[in-house]
Amino acid sequence: MFGLGILSGLLVLPLVGAAFILTLRGEEEAVRSNARWAALVTTVATFVLSVVAWQRFDGGNAAFQLVETHAWLTDSIRFKLGVDGFSMPFVLLTTFLMPFCIIASWQPIETRVKEYMVAFLVLETTMIGVFVALDLVLFYLFFEAGLIPMFLIIGVWGGKRRVYAAFKFFLYTLLGSVLMLLAVMAMYWDAGTTDIAVLLKHRFAPAMQTWLWLAFFASFAVKMPMWPVHTWLPDAHVEAPTAGSVILAAILLKMGGYGFIRFSIPMFPDASVYFTPLVYALSIVAIIYTSLVAMMQEDMKKLIAYSSVAHMGFVTMGLFTMTPQGIQGAMFQMVSHGLVSGALFLCVGVVYDRLHTRMIADYGGLVHRMPVYATCFMVFTMANVGLPGTSGFVGEFLTLTGAFKVNSWVAFFATTGVILSAAYALWLYRRVIFGKLEKEKLKSMPDLNYREVLVLVPLLLLVIWYGVQPGAVLDAFAAPTTELLKSTQAALSAAKTAALTLH
Amino acid sequence: MPALTVPAIAPALPELLLAAGALVLVLIGAVQGDRSRGLVGALALALLVAAGLAVAMQPAGRIETFNGAFVVDGFARFMKLLTLLGAAASLILSSDYLKRERLDRYEYPILVVLATTGMLMMISANDLIALYVGVELQSLALYVIAAMDRDNARSSEAGLKYFVLGALSSGMLLYGASLTYGFSGTVSFPGIAAALQNGHSAGIVFGVVFLAAGLAFKISAVPFHMWTPDVYEGSPTPVTAFFAAATKMAAMAMTVRVFVGAFPGIVPQWQQIVVFIAIASMVLGAFAAIGQRNIKRLMAYSSIGHMGYALVGLAAGTEQGVNGVLVYMALYLAMTLGAFACIIAMRREGGMVEEIDDLAGLARSQPALAFCLAMLLFSLAGIPPLAGFFAKFYVFAAAIQAKLVTLAVIGIVASVVGAYYYIRIVKVMYFDEPRGAYLPMAPGLKLVLGVSSAVVVLFWLAPAPLVGAAAAAAKSLF
Repeated sequence: MFGLGILSGLLVLPLVGAAFILTLRGEEEAVRSNARWAALVTTVATFVLSVVAWQRFDGGNAAFQLVETHAWLTDSIRFKLGVDGFSMPFVLLTTFLMPFCIIASWQPIETRVKEYMVAFLVLETTMIGVFVALDLVLFYLFFEAGLIPMFLIIGVWGGKRRVYAAFKFFLYTLLGSVLMLLAVMAMYWDAGTTDIAVLLKHRFAPAMQTWLWLAFFASFAVKMPMWPVHTWLPDAHVEAPTAGSVILAAILLKMGGYGFIRFSIPMFPDASVYFTPLVYALSIVAIIYTSLVAMMQEDMKKLIAYSSVAHMGFVTMGLFTMTPQGIQGAMFQMVSHGLVSGALFLCVGVVYDRLHTRMIADYGGLVHRMPVYATCFMVFTMANVGLPGTSGFVGEFLTLTGAFKVNSWVAFFATTGVILSAAYALWLYRRVIFGKLEKEKLKSMPDLNYREVLVLVPLLLLVIWYGVQPGAVLDAFAAPTTELLKSTQAALSAAKTAALTLH
Repeated sequence: MPALTVPAIAPALPELLLAAGALVLVLIGAVQGDRSRGLVGALALALLVAAGLAVAMQPAGRIETFNGAFVVDGFARFMKLLTLLGAAASLILSSDYLKRERLDRYEYPILVVLATTGMLMMISANDLIALYVGVELQSLALYVIAAMDRDNARSSEAGLKYFVLGALSSGMLLYGASLTYGFSGTVSFPGIAAALQNGHSAGIVFGVVFLAAGLAFKISAVPFHMWTPDVYEGSPTPVTAFFAAATKMAAMAMTVRVFVGAFPGIVPQWQQIVVFIAIASMVLGAFAAIGQRNIKRLMAYSSIGHMGYALVGLAAGTEQGVNGVLVYMALYLAMTLGAFACIIAMRREGGMVEEIDDLAGLARSQPALAFCLAMLLFSLAGIPPLAGFFAKFYVFAAAIQAKLVTLAVIGIVASVVGAYYYIRIVKVMYFDEPRGAYLPMAPGLKLVLGVSSAVVVLFWLAPAPLVGAAAAAAKSLF
């Protein structure tokens, strides 16, 4: 239709919904309700469309598929879209989680509903855009564009320190990414194009790779976030509304990991090998240090935020092992963490909506009043810990296997993180759910309503399903991982031969 | 006795049209007095539009006339269209404002037309004398309109400051021009370029330095920026919009033509000057704006910063760089006109308000206006997918290509600092409690704001036409 492919459809559909919501007029109550329904319909339709795209996608093929190009800036910077095994699961994850975010915001968001829904739909377009862009400038455009709606979501509908958190989020991530923009330009002048498929085959000079890698790293490490540039995340998470936290944890953080696998490793293989010890060190510090920090948190959202940083440490570690297990495990960990952390934030949102506090000390003994909630929360907590049978286990296990193959000390230190995660997650669960129901305010807490069940149960089933049957997701990553490792190895051995002949 | 040849006047048709039209308008005004205000304003607008059409219909290619003093090429046409657009838009912005502030004298549109004539002359000047004539014609008209609100001490101060400092800068420009003439033996740009082909003397470098100082004054680049905040704040707001939009276009075009047209042989000599000016402007523009409470002063520092970014393109000294400057100026025109339309719309019952805090809660009282201003501010900060991102993209890409990596890194970090003060305004509009709505906007304001917001928000969907036109225009200089 109009010469646009299915991926453009995924980008346009949320914008159409947003434009429709902007035109809504009339009584305030009616506008609110219409805006909610329109947003829900739009996100569900986008999800359905992405499932259709998935059906047309051939998982065994490592090449970019569903490719479409349109004229854009110049002949060499084009509006090019496409997906491969690395990006397709993230597109699905995005479109899958969006309807839940809309439903989770149904009652909690009461002010400026129209603007809220518009911001979320625009955010959805930018997130999908990041994963389907096959041009580096286009990727950067979507990567940064998401800052605007997220800034407004945190700042307008956030908690008490929302202004501080919104500014920190915006400026921190902006500062990280602008250096990447300069690197993109340098790559453009070197390769003559910003087409990602061409750049993947282009060999950059090793000295140049180092600088490019560092520039990209600055951006992705902040987005990921890796220790020590993670400090924006707890603030942003704590102050954002529930659905904002879900999107932050589930999708926005994954852009960093996606960037590593899409750009840093395949395009700058020499530099990636050179910097691997740095990444390992930062990952291990992230895993151990932030786990310890998480243990001491008094705010539930903050605890989950720190646990996200720790889990992302497994991802960076796994990616840079450059083994099939490590990379597939890291990718799986990202998808799983998207589901689990999103669900955990939704769980916190459930009790926050009732009591308007996130302090752990304000809760206790919820199991007596809210058995269904306690069950859901338990499954997600276990998945966060990495219990076998949940999706969290698969990713952590695979990344650790990969790390063990390459460097057993790295694996050893990372494994302590698994233990620490059990400590903070189970302790959180104990303090909130178990114990005596003593506090007066808690005694009248109702259990999950239909809306909340509708949000949490599908995620719960998926977390268990992927824990038992991880093959469906892993298969998607298999073909591009093989391809990636093959090209990286070829590039590395070419560099080695060149170095040998030089001596 | 040699035969007197009449130079071809067709290439100068837009300028002649404006000059002759301005004289007719003076006659109308003198005969009819203040009753003719509306008529003169409408005719001035029509003149600008007619001049724009005349520019657009000029044949392609490079034409020199008046013995090589005046040149029309793709570059000149591109920048002239931008200048005329800026002048016309600021006339539209001014009509309602001047009426409400009781400043609507018939002289105002005439002075705008005369200043615009000077600007077109600056853009087309191909020798140092024509350049100076253009600069002075423009400046004299601007001094007067800066002080137009003569009962207001701030406005008179703005006019006086602009005049004294402007005269100083003209002096420096002239001094540099005379040095250049003395050491190269000619005032024509191609002549200077030819004379410098076989080495250059130290005197030429002195000349370039003084020329650069004079030009930096006109584009309000650091360290010759001091007049800008006071003049921006003191002048009536539509006049400020005219300074920010039209004047900047012409001054930047003149700067590019002088450096690229007359001194292509000594790029390393002037490159260091431009690099220094660009870095100083970007950094000062970013940091000094943080403390501002008055939105017009903030826009002044913002414009200093933006001139710094545009100069990043010039610093590259390549065709790519000039292309970047052209794209930058075109998009900056849209952003700055939109921003000033919003500032002029800040009017409550008691009169104009200019503090940033007066925008508090605008998103609730006037969501459409707040949305447009927010998009313009994000764009000024250079956040994709808005137009400002592409502007920065082209100049920085040119700098990277020319291996000016340090300049690019400093510039892009300064842009993050700059983003802070832009999003602080967004914060005031969106996160703070409302302070009461403004009076309804005049239709002219709505038109300018609507068009510029549309350009800023939708540019990423179809960037090719502007980028292509700028590339063709940049090619004509090389």
